Amino acid sequence: MRSTVDALLRKELRLELRNREAIPAMLLFSVTTFVVFHFGLQRDSVDGALAAGVLWVTMLFAAMLGANRLFVAETEGGALDGLLLAPIDRTAIYVAKALAFGGFLVAVQLVAVPAFYLLLLGPGGGDAVLGLIAVLALADIGIAVAATLVAGLATQTRSRELLVSLLGLPLLLPVIIGAARATAPLFAAGGAESIPAKWLLVLGLYDLVFGLLAFAVFDFLLED
Amino acid sequence: MPPAPSQAAAAIELEGLKRDYGGRPALDGVSLTLGAGETLVVLGPNGAGKSTLLRVLSTLLRPHGGSVRVLGHELPREAWAVRARIGYVGHEPLLYRDLSGRENLVLHARLHRVATERVAELLEAVGMSRRADEPVYTYSRGMVQRTAVARALLHDPELLLLDEPRANLDPTAAELIAPLLEGRARVITSHDPSDADGADGVLGLREGRPHALEGLYA
Repeated sequence: MRSTVDALLRKELRLELRNREAIPAMLLFSVTTFVVFHFGLQRDSVDGALAAGVLWVTMLFAAMLGANRLFVAETEGGALDGLLLAPIDRTAIYVAKALAFGGFLVAVQLVAVPAFYLLLLGPGGGDAVLGLIAVLALADIGIAVAATLVAGLATQTRSRELLVSLLGLPLLLPVIIGAARATAPLFAAGGAESIPAKWLLVLGLYDLVFGLLAFAVFDFLLED
Repeated sequence: MPPAPSQAAAAIELEGLKRDYGGRPALDGVSLTLGAGETLVVLGPNGAGKSTLLRVLSTLLRPHGGSVRVLGHELPREAWAVRARIGYVGHEPLLYRDLSGRENLVLHARLHRVATERVAELLEAVGMSRRADEPVYTYSRGMVQRTAVARALLHDPELLLLDEPRANLDPTAAELIAPLLEGRARVITSHDPSDADGADGVLGLREGRPHALEGLYA
């Protein structure tokens, strides 16, 4: 399956490089939202749970934007049928999509998170970069595995974008709760505190459960 | 793992095939047998079920009744084994619009585990070498169709399922493509009764049911 995933992943990256649809849209949304919060909250900086909430709600909605675009190329010109006719394990399609989407999230966060620090965190906000990277990594895996599953399910329906939001937002709530709770101490007003291990465990478990679930059911989602 | 079918197995064996869309029958009791290397032409007016028949045979749609065997494999149970041995040209090209013709074919060559040298060979054969590195969305309909035919032939399938393969092709392109499609079992759908000349069998379809060729379009 590795060579199939490799071929499909290259295709995903090539399409995004050529179209520049998902990453720029997600990035623009994230940075614009941070700007809106910067002026809307009428504060020079935020901290603690509020800062974590702003970061993760913005990441969630940016991710939904990207998830809605995940299978668009497949629905044009019957390209998905072309993949379904190939003698491959269809789970490879899921794995390649999830890996690509995870990569898109990281690419967005490479710009969006510094923008968040600049626009919304006060001095000292950069104390816990390593901790934040760990939470981002765990949350990105969860978002990628769950959102790709939902996007795959919605591909065969007419109301694709509605379904991705309707199913994706509730399914991703545990990730957002876990990520926000894990991140809040990093943005504490008096300086970064340690991350509660409980929330890292929640994020890790979510990744594992949804990863296994997607691996088991994705093939059936694409069946007629 | 299902037993490997013998080489002499019929290309297609249908018995009472049924398929519906939301309760509306699209195929209702279609039976036929197509031998290895033979050509069947399926004729019928719009909405007769020709494309649905090909999509069932290609494994894209599941049959809702009857029995379907393709290259000795029972569908939908052994669909995976069939996919490596059939080529399908549908109404849509099954290509990524934003990739070039060559990139599309290289992707499918990798998925079918075919040497990528075959891509250049087929692009040349369908007369698309010159435009092969341009995105598919810049192609004319005829060029898209030629690239779609090349995609379907990449893995040298034993059975070709061709949904109006000459659609959008000018006479020169149709002549170029024709020899590539020969030498294997074929099911070809068409509106044109003259396409049945030289075929080993002809199936008339109307409202999803087999119908005599006389009065098929009445």
